[in-house]
Order: sequence, then C-alpha cells, then structure tokens
Amino acid sequence: MVEIRFHGRGGQGTVVASKILADAINKEGKFVQAYPEFGVERRGAPVYAFIRIDETPIFDKSRIYSPDHIVVLDPTLIEAIDVTEGLKEKGWIIVNTDKKPEELAFPTKYRVATIDATHIALKHQLGTRATPIVNTAIVGAVVKVLDLARLESVIQAVKEGVPLKPEENAAAAKEAYESVVFHS
Amino acid sequence: MRKVLMGNHALSYGAMLSRVQVVAAYPITPQTQVVELLSEMCAEKILDAQFIKVESEHSAMAACLGASLAGARTFTATSAQGLALMHELLHWASGGRLPVVLGNINRAMAPGWSIWTDQNDSLSQRDTGWMQFYCGSNQEVLDSVIQAFKVAEKLHIPAMIILDAFSLSHTYEIVDVPDQEKVDKFLPPFQPKFRLTPDEPHAFGGLTSPEHYFELRYKLQKDMEKAPALIEETGQEFEELFGRKLGLVDPYKCDDAEIILVTSGTTGYTARVAVDHFREKGLKVGNLRIRVLRPFPFEKVQSILSHAKKVAVIDRNISYGHHGIFYQEVKSALYGNSSVPVFGYITGLGGRDITLNTFQKIIEETQRNETPPERISWIGVKK
Repeated sequence: MVEIRFHGRGGQGTVVASKILADAINKEGKFVQAYPEFGVERRGAPVYAFIRIDETPIFDKSRIYSPDHIVVLDPTLIEAIDVTEGLKEKGWIIVNTDKKPEELAFPTKYRVATIDATHIALKHQLGTRATPIVNTAIVGAVVKVLDLARLESVIQAVKEGVPLKPEENAAAAKEAYESVVFHS
Repeated sequence: MRKVLMGNHALSYGAMLSRVQVVAAYPITPQTQVVELLSEMCAEKILDAQFIKVESEHSAMAACLGASLAGARTFTATSAQGLALMHELLHWASGGRLPVVLGNINRAMAPGWSIWTDQNDSLSQRDTGWMQFYCGSNQEVLDSVIQAFKVAEKLHIPAMIILDAFSLSHTYEIVDVPDQEKVDKFLPPFQPKFRLTPDEPHAFGGLTSPEHYFELRYKLQKDMEKAPALIEETGQEFEELFGRKLGLVDPYKCDDAEIILVTSGTTGYTARVAVDHFREKGLKVGNLRIRVLRPFPFEKVQSILSHAKKVAVIDRNISYGHHGIFYQEVKSALYGNSSVPVFGYITGLGGRDITLNTFQKIIEETQRNETPPERISWIGVKK
C-alpha cells in the first residue's frame, strides 16, 4: 500500500490532480482510493487531497495520517504550514518549484524531487500567470518519481479527466514526467 | 467497465442504470453531486427521466409520491436535515406502498452544525416502514440501488440506500459499472398493480376508519417479513449475472471467531483491516457488517453471533437515554437465543474518524473484560 498526501491551495485543482492520478492507476489494473479534505474548501486557502494505492482491494476507510509521500503544488505552503507532518522516513517530497532538490531545506531523512510545474503550465497555456493550472504537470512528475503508472496511462487519464484543453494538459503531464528532477 | 467514481456518483449511476423515470430532489451538502449528475444526465438525454426541481425536501418526496403513484420508477437523494424534513412523507411513501428509492448520505444532525458523518439522521427514520441498506463501498452503493428497486417493487415497500458522508460520498473508488443491457435483464420495467391514471380512476390516501387501518399496517409488516428472503434471493440472482455478492449481512472471518465485531457502513470495511491485524497477533476476531437494518436480519445475526464468546457492537449513533441503536437491535435479536455478552461502543459521532486505533481500543477492552464494565463505552470522546 502506498499513501500520498497532496498539498495545494483552493482553486489549483489539487483534488482533480488526485482524481486524475486515480484514473491512471485504475488503467494499470491496480486498486485506488482518493479523497479530498473532508469539509469546506476556500479559494487560496491550503487544501489537501489523499490517495491510497494497492495491488489488492482497499478496505481501510479511515483517513491518512502518516503518508508515504507528499506532493506540494504551491511552494509558498512550505513556509505557511508543516507539509511534512506525519511523513514517513525516506518519503518523497515532490515540490512544484524552479529550485533544485538540494536547494530546499528539508530534513535529510526525506527524499526531495522538484518540478517547475508553473513554468510548464504557462508554456502550454494552462491558466494565467496569477493562477497557473499546474495539476496535470504535477501528476506527470508524481507518476515518474514514484513509478506508479506508465506514461500512456497518465496521458489517457489526463485527456479524459480535464474539463478543458486535453492536448495541452497531456503535453504538460508528459513534459513533467520527462523533466522532473530527482536522485533515486 | 472499471471507473473511478465518488460515492455520490455511484448513486447517480445506480439510478441511471435502473432507468429511473422521475427524479425529484433538493440539493444539500454532502448529497449535491448525486442530483447534479442526474440533472446533467437528464439534460443530455443520457437518462430518459423527468428531473423535477423543488423548493424543499418535503416537496421532493411529495413529488416522488405523485410520480410513483402514476407508475413511474422514482428516485431521490438527501441528507440529514433534508431527510428530517421529509419525515412526514416517508410515512406516506411506505403507507401508500410506493417503492421509491432514496439515497441518504449519513450526515450528523444539527446543532452543532455539521456536514460530517454519523447515522442519527437515517436511524431517526428507522420506524417509517422503509427498508434501510447501509453501504460499505461505492461498488455496493451502485449495486444496492439496482437491487433495491427490484425488491422494493416486488414488495411495494420503499428503500433507503445509505452511505457515509465524505468517507464514501466524496471518496473516489474503483467501481465496476455494469452494462445497461445486463441491468435491464436483471431489473425489468416497473409495473405497479395500481396506478393513478384518468383512464382508470382510484382514490389514494383517503380516510381509513378503525375498521380498516389496522389491517393495512398488518399487511405492511407481513410484507416486510418477506423482505429478508427476497433480499438474499435478489442478491444471489445479482451475483449470477454480475459476479458480486450482497446479502443482508457481510460476515468476515466469523466462523471460528471468539470476539465478533458488529459494524455498519464504512466502519464495517475498516473493521476487516483490524480483524486481519489482530488475527496476525493470534487473537480470533471476526466482523459482522450489518448491511440491512430494516428488515432486521434476525436469523443471520442470531446464527452468526451465537457462536462467539463475546460480541462488540460499534455504533456511530445514539438513542439518547438508551444506547447505540445497532446495539439495542443486536441485543434484542439475541435475547432468549444466546447468552453471549454484548459490549456496546459509541464512537465517531459527527464525523470523528474511526481508525485502526479505534478498533484496537475496542478489541482490547472487549478482550480484557468478561462482561461490559459499563453500559456504554465511549471511544475517543474528550470527557
């Protein structure tokens, strides 16, 4: 079982990212469960999404408190909240940033991967400079770092799962899949 | 086809595949997506049904009654305060013998204002003469809608499909969405014995004197008593076509269990993980998830639980001044049949999470004591 927590801000498409990742996992024939923070979400405020992935059906319906990995869609959240709360040792922290992993000051018990999803999103005309839609690029990066699914499954899930611009979103996911910076 | 669906959409798909003809509903968190998707399906003509927008849940159920009386297969969905507002008309549906199917998202009753899960909303409607199905997964939600229409229409008794707020309603899971053709084979069109039509006038809901009323209630109970066998039979027929089994109860590793947990809803799924965990440590634990509360599955509960040395009932609800409601139901079913001690636990009210740690406390307390140390054991409450 792999448990992942997504950190984003309301309006960034954090929940959609977890849904698209779930769709990609489903295409691999694995089992998956994804859920948002249970409650109300406000634009701009920190939001969460969670996902469980397993080879067998998932019966645990409780919430995730100690994720194996975390994903940060907005780097300003790192200053605002403790994104690593409950994160297991050796867990991956996958961050949307223009910095390199070694430039981020996380404890060494974690592994860090970085992807400039904002740059990729804007390059593919996803959202605006003020509110870039980074979620599909993030999914591409997450799948690559954690080796969760084949690129084809991700591209297909993105095309089926986004409300607008399926080709541009798929291209963003692919670019992030190919360019995410990490040292395994 | 394997799709990733949230519980709310599993309800919508269940209604769509059942070819409902009328949907009347009023939106309420956390139910909204159920009727949002159904209204889209109606607008896009994916579903050939009339979607009636109303000004309250009371009106929603009133519209469902009219539609069902006219012979339409009728669906609605609601939650908590909305279900409470329907209360009067829930009696009209069952008393009128109208097989409406309703999806209820279990949400705690206000005040304090809450959008999170517990079972007091649906359990407050326990005695309205509706069948109640408590679901543990989104697959079960979808399958239960289809099966409920079949049972409801045979018995002329309405049915409630119940799922936990957020833990199912907003949680995405993999759901096998069956082919329409196969569902059609399983669930033929609704053909009521009587229907309101100008061509063949009938009166409905008229003054019923003491001469007749008693017999109407006797007949409702007698038909409710036929429901357990019919639910099991319908579940078997469903399994033959779709390969998934659903019955009155869902026992897990109960055969040789010394302690059996009694659970419902998503709690009944997390319980399985706890059972496996304690079995690895050598403790013989089992879990009996009660799927159908009305009609109450007396025989299944008696035969499965009477083998145990101890029973621990976990309630995400309370009848103030008495106890958890599943606890009362289980104890009354066992009375005179078995002397197994029944421990009663209340936990998770208002959406407080029920985790493996919750089960650990429950199992350890049950194991430690010969008989319940107190009438109610509260797990996770800040006293």
